[in-house]
Amino acid sequence: MKLTGAEMLCESLTRLGVRHIFGYPGGAILPVYDALGRSQLHHVLVRHEQGATHMADGYARASGGVGVAMATSGPGATNMVTGIATAMLDSSPVVCITGNVSSKLLGSDAFQEVDITGITMPITKHNVVVTRAEDIARTLREAFLIASSGRPGPVLVDVTKDAQQASAEFDWEKAVPKLPLKRVRDNHDQAEFDRAVELLNSAKRPLILAGRGIMLSGAMRTFAQFVHTAQIPVAMTLLGIGCFPAKDALNLGMMGMHGEAWVNNAIQEADLLVAVGMRFDDRVTGDLRTYAKSARKIHLEIDRAEINKNVPVDAALIGDAGETLDKLLPHVQTRDHAPWLQHIAGLKGDSAVRDIQSLPDSGHLYAAHVINDLWKETRGEAVVVTDVGQHQMWEAQYYHHDQPRTLITSGGLGTMGFALPAAIGAKFAKPEADVWVVVGDGGFQMTMCELATIVQEKIKINIAIINNGFLGMVRQWQEFFYDKRYVATPLVAPDFAALANAFGIRGERVTARGDVVPAIRAARESAETVLIDFRVEQEDSVYPMVPAGASLNEMIRRPNSPLVETAVEP
Amino acid sequence: MQTLVAYVENKPGVLNRVSSLARRLAINIDSLTVGPTDNEEIARMTIVAHTDEKGGHRLEASLEKLVDVLLAENVTDRSLLERDLALIKVQADQSNRPHLMELVKVFRARVVDVAPESLIIEVSGAVDKIDGLLEVLRPFGVLEMARSGRISMTRGSDLLRPPVAAEANGIAEKAILTK
Repeated sequence: MKLTGAEMLCESLTRLGVRHIFGYPGGAILPVYDALGRSQLHHVLVRHEQGATHMADGYARASGGVGVAMATSGPGATNMVTGIATAMLDSSPVVCITGNVSSKLLGSDAFQEVDITGITMPITKHNVVVTRAEDIARTLREAFLIASSGRPGPVLVDVTKDAQQASAEFDWEKAVPKLPLKRVRDNHDQAEFDRAVELLNSAKRPLILAGRGIMLSGAMRTFAQFVHTAQIPVAMTLLGIGCFPAKDALNLGMMGMHGEAWVNNAIQEADLLVAVGMRFDDRVTGDLRTYAKSARKIHLEIDRAEINKNVPVDAALIGDAGETLDKLLPHVQTRDHAPWLQHIAGLKGDSAVRDIQSLPDSGHLYAAHVINDLWKETRGEAVVVTDVGQHQMWEAQYYHHDQPRTLITSGGLGTMGFALPAAIGAKFAKPEADVWVVVGDGGFQMTMCELATIVQEKIKINIAIINNGFLGMVRQWQEFFYDKRYVATPLVAPDFAALANAFGIRGERVTARGDVVPAIRAARESAETVLIDFRVEQEDSVYPMVPAGASLNEMIRRPNSPLVETAVEP
Repeated sequence: MQTLVAYVENKPGVLNRVSSLARRLAINIDSLTVGPTDNEEIARMTIVAHTDEKGGHRLEASLEKLVDVLLAENVTDRSLLERDLALIKVQADQSNRPHLMELVKVFRARVVDVAPESLIIEVSGAVDKIDGLLEVLRPFGVLEMARSGRISMTRGSDLLRPPVAAEANGIAEKAILTK
C-alpha cells in the first residue's frame, strides 16, 4: 500500500492505539494535518503548544498510556520545551511530533526552522529527525517503545516536510523497531538481595519511602501486600501520593519540605529506610549531611543512575518495582513494629491541634478549608490536577488520595501553568472522572488561554482557583527569609469569574467559608465546566516547612494561633 | 580522573549526545577518542573524565541510558593499557639535531619529518611517557603539538566487546496504550 509520509504518520499512530492528539498546526506540519482530517484520530486544538505537551502529559499520567502532542517547526516546537522538560523530570511517557522544514533546507536558517532535536537533547529520553517517508512507521514504533519502557520519558520525533509529502510503500509488519542492541546488565546480585532481606527482617524502626515508580510499574497491589506483610509504616513523596491508600493505617502521609513534622522526624529516627521508586530529591531529603543518619538504606529503583546519586545506600535492588517486590515478598517476615508505630504516633504531638481544620471559625476563608471541603464533597474520588506552589502543597496535605493516578501534579520541574492543560488531557483519558483543577491565581494566568480549548472541545471539568492575590509560595519565602520584602509577588488578576463568562464558561466567586460546599456541589452538578474563584486568606503560609538546605528535622511549625490580620475583601 | 570505554551507534549526533551528557552532569572531559570497530555500525569511545568515583559511576550509568550507547563501562580500577599518540614539531638545526636524535631514541620515539629548521617527532605510549618526552624537548623550542587523546583497553582475558544479539536487551513491543 503506497501512502504519503503524512498518511503513514496518522496510520501508524492509529495502529499504536492513539485516539487523541493535542496539537497546533503550522506550515511545516500541514501535510500531516491534511492527513489527520481523513483519519479516525481526534485532534484537540490547543491555544499554545506548551498546553499541548501538558495535555499529553496529563493524558499519560491519568491513563498510564502514552500521550501525544503535535506542533509545527520553529516557535511551535520551542513552545513545547517547558512541557517536555516537565514530562522528563516526572518520567512521563509523552511522544511529541514536530514538523520541520524540508531536509534540503535543514541548517539554512529557513523560515521557522529551529534545531529542535539539539534544543531538546538534554530534556528528552530520546529524540530523532526523520527525513524519509519510509522511516516514519518504524521510528514512531520505536518512539512509543522508548517512551513507555524502563523509566518512562518524553521522546520527540521531528519530521521534515519532504518526508511528510513523499510517497512510499507502507508495510506495518516490516516496520518493526530496530533499536540498538544494548548490553543486559545482570541486576540480580544475590549478595545484595540477601543483604536487603536481612536488613528488612532485622530492623527495629523501619520506614518505607514510596514514590511514583510504584505507580509507573503498576505495582500498587504488590506494594500494599509488601507493606502489610512487613508491617512497616509508609511515607509518601508528592508524586507517590495515590499509590498507597491515604486511609491505610500504615500510611503516614507526605514527607519532605512540606511533609508533616512527625513524618520527617520518623525518617530522621528510623534505623532502616526502604526507598521504592523514588529518587531522594532535595525536596524530600533536606540537608544531605544530616539526612537519616541512623538509618541503613535499601533502594528499589529501575534507573541505575539514581543509585547513590544523592544518598548512599546499603543495598541497591535495580529493576522494576513490582518485580523486585514480588521477589522480596516470600522472604519478608511479619514483625510486630508496635513500639515503633506507637512512637511515631507520639511524634504527632499537638500537630492535630495546630491543624488549621481544628481552629475555630474566624470568618476567614483558608485554602486548607477549600481543599478539605473539596475532598469531603468528592469523597476523595476526584482526579485532582494541581499547579505549583502553596495550593499544591495544601492539596497534598488536605486532599487524601486512596486511588492511584488521582493526583496529577508537576513535581520535579515545578511547572507553573501545568494544571489547566494537564487536567484537559486527564479528562480525555478518563472521560467519566470528576476532574478538578486546583490552581493558584499566578499559575492559572500562565495558561488560562486553554479555557477556549475546553469550550471548543465541549468537555466538563471543574476549576478551583485558590486566589490569594500573591505569588503565594514566593511570598511565603519572602516572609520567612527576606524579612517580608514582597518584591514582585503581589499579583493583579482579572475578575476570573467574569473572564470565564467571556470564554462562555460559568464562573463564580466564593469569599466565605459557608459558601464553599454549595459552590462545589453546584459545580459537580453542572453538566458544563465551572470555574470557582476562591478568594482566600492572602498571607497564609504552608506549614510545616523545612527551609531549603536545612535538616529535615529543622521544621518551621505551624503557629499555635495563626494571625488573621488580613481581611478578605468582599 | 575516571576512564570509561563505550560502544556507541556509529551515526550523526551520537558524539553530541555523549558530550552533552557530560556537560549536563557538570563533568569536564579530559580526553575523548572515537574510532571505528570491525562492525561499521558501531564505534568505540574512550572517555577520560575529570571527576571522582561517584561521578564516574553516574557518567557510566547515565551513558548507558542513552538509546545509542550499547555499553558503557568504567574501567578506571581495572588493569588497563593506555595509549596516547603525539606529533611534536621541535625547533632544530644542524647544531642540536644529533642531540635531539639521541633523546628520541631514549624515548623510543621516531623522527617522521626533517626540515632545515625543525623536525617532527612521533611518539606513542602512556601519557606519562609522552609528557616526559615533552618535558625534555621544551628547552629546544616546541613549535606545535598534536595529541590523539587516550585509547584504553583492559588487559588479558578481561574483554569489553559490543553486545551481540543473543545477550542484548530487546525491549518487547507491547500493548502500550491504556484503552
